[in-house]
Amino acid sequence: MAGYLTYLKRRFSWHTLRRVGLALAAPVSALVFAAIVSVIILSVTGHSPADAAQQMADSLERPRTFANSLNNATTYYLSAVAVAIGFKMRLFNIGVDGQYRIAAMLSAALAGAAFMENLPSFLRVAMTIIVAMLVGAVWAGIAGILKVTRGVSEVISTIMLNAVATAVVAFLLNPSRLAVPIGGSNNIGTPPITEGGRVSGIPYPGSTSTVFGLSILAVAVGVGYWYLLSRTRFGFDLKATGLSESAAVASGVNVKKMVVASMVLSGAVAGLVGVPQLLGSSHTYALDFPAGLGFTGIAIALLGRNHPVGMAIAAILWGVLDQTSNSLDITGVPKEIVVIMQGVIVLSVVIAYELVRRYRLRLEQRDVGAALGTTKTPAPAEVTT
Amino acid sequence: MARGRENALRRVRGIRLVAGALALGLGLAGLAACGSDEAPAGGGDGKLKIGLAYDVGGRGDQSFNDSAARGLDKAKAETGIETRELEASPGETDSAKEDRLRQLADGGFNPIIAIGYAYATPIGKVAKDHPNVKFAIIDDYSPGTDDGPNIANLTFAEHEGSFLVGVAAALKSKTNKVGYVGGVNTPLLQKFEVGYAAGVKAAKPTATVEVKYLTQPPDMTGFNDPAKGETAATGQLDAGADVIYAAAGGSGSGAFKSIKSKGKLGIGVDSDQYNVPELADVKDVIMTSMVKKVDLAVYDFITSVKAGKPISGNKVYDLKSGGIEYATSGGKVDDIKAQLEEYKQKIISGTVQVPSKK
Repeated sequence: MAGYLTYLKRRFSWHTLRRVGLALAAPVSALVFAAIVSVIILSVTGHSPADAAQQMADSLERPRTFANSLNNATTYYLSAVAVAIGFKMRLFNIGVDGQYRIAAMLSAALAGAAFMENLPSFLRVAMTIIVAMLVGAVWAGIAGILKVTRGVSEVISTIMLNAVATAVVAFLLNPSRLAVPIGGSNNIGTPPITEGGRVSGIPYPGSTSTVFGLSILAVAVGVGYWYLLSRTRFGFDLKATGLSESAAVASGVNVKKMVVASMVLSGAVAGLVGVPQLLGSSHTYALDFPAGLGFTGIAIALLGRNHPVGMAIAAILWGVLDQTSNSLDITGVPKEIVVIMQGVIVLSVVIAYELVRRYRLRLEQRDVGAALGTTKTPAPAEVTT
Repeated sequence: MARGRENALRRVRGIRLVAGALALGLGLAGLAACGSDEAPAGGGDGKLKIGLAYDVGGRGDQSFNDSAARGLDKAKAETGIETRELEASPGETDSAKEDRLRQLADGGFNPIIAIGYAYATPIGKVAKDHPNVKFAIIDDYSPGTDDGPNIANLTFAEHEGSFLVGVAAALKSKTNKVGYVGGVNTPLLQKFEVGYAAGVKAAKPTATVEVKYLTQPPDMTGFNDPAKGETAATGQLDAGADVIYAAAGGSGSGAFKSIKSKGKLGIGVDSDQYNVPELADVKDVIMTSMVKKVDLAVYDFITSVKAGKPISGNKVYDLKSGGIEYATSGGKVDDIKAQLEEYKQKIISGTVQVPSKK
């Protein structure tokens, strides 16, 4: 018993506490800073910050808002994981937006096609998901191949591929191609997915809104992401290449292969981003299908620090902020405050992480110094990341 | 400070814990120095409480949403009504729109008016759950919204008005070439284009129409990017067009700027743009406008609810009902007015059928 206690004491020593504390310091301080900025802006513009906070809290108590927040979080999370896979390799996949839109559009066209009607439900859903992943993978793969064969920066190519995706989707979303006109509407979309091709929602008590059935898919992707990175050779190579390309090459990693593989993987996950919304709510890819989720994913990956759990928390926070903005609007508080808050969070979290990193570095150096019996602290090493 | 914390603590229970913790975490509740608990929706004195949900852009977009706002303002000025105006965020989901309508309904707003087809599915759902609240949607009469007894579908025959300005463009063109600048390539804007092209052909079968859309959906910036409008108009003028129909919302101002620098003619959209204050420096090139009276539709609907006879089902605003018309401000079409009126009568009587789809 006593031995166990000593073990525990040693295990959860000051160092562990410090490690956890430092890991949380950056996101927490960024959130606090964003809150302070929001309070100042609200006060300056003549709105009561307390009322705004009250409104947001009250609206969260509404089951509908909370269910919708979870649904938003589901798509945000998938988008963040797609971005994070690239980030781990030091690849900036800015093209998640185009990847998920073209994937959602083509998989919607497949899922709504007449020949799918007689297939078993499970097969229809599985096919939709697989096609979405394939399309996303191909679209991102183009950028990966361009990078390894022609040396094109993936930042440039993915941004351009976003624009190309917009044009392709607009071209295909035409009654003479993949779309059907909706009678009496100015909207246009792919043929509606019939009952068997949909994924029913998980009922949420006290609300007619349901939680996307495919939120489970997001959880699975999160677990898969964690497993891939920390339990597989591929994940190790991925991280190693991201940390030091030359070291990775020296240890036998084929960097070109890794670039293409991680872009394809990132794209495959990006392809999933629109699927929960498509099969759980929209049932068609129409003009009003949510756009811009790929960019939200970048913010969430940054805030969650590419960590599977960190990103989940960040995604839920984002979903909650988005969904509570309507309640702000209805009480006369400009809902743009939510966008400001999100923007400040992203900006300050980047700075906070860097500050915390430097601080940790200095602490470590002091520890090493103490262990070696000298109190001299060397100057902080050049920033390499 | 202490009082604020006490208030905050009282709320913490169950899911409230999450909410309260978030608010505290955001450092906002902690600063609740003087929380004034203002009820979100006051009233209750029998006054009409109108909720209006705009599409992206909201009040101040110089176009579609603004037109709706004018209708609301007119109703408000005449009778003491309480209004609440909410606005969509770019790229949001259906559930956000549904939530917006539900919040209005829960807040006791009745009637509720939704601007734009994007509200179609949400309004269908919300109207079913609130049978006693009257709803109206502008620009939509699609399955799901067309069966609710408490939904008014206020739609417009934009192709008819576009036909008339097409006739005007053809009659005014010396080069036999006219231009069409559409904001975003959506079915709605294609309706404008088709009507316009038909009008041009009817008046002058040999004339050609240059067509350019500024952006493709979901990129909706084409409605609000004067620089894009200017570039597109310049391109068409260089190609020989001398009259341009700018059906591009806020981007139209750029098109008119370009048209003015070349001394050609332009056609406005949605409002009588000759009289729009923001366009005062280019108004001398705006020879007419295809006026789509969203303000009239909003006003009509409010009045009907007030009178206890709410409009329900599809109400079409067209040339015949005066919901669509061509503007004559500035006097630039006075010389061809007889011909325009003749076509107008033919459309109203049905002798001329204007296509609405490609």
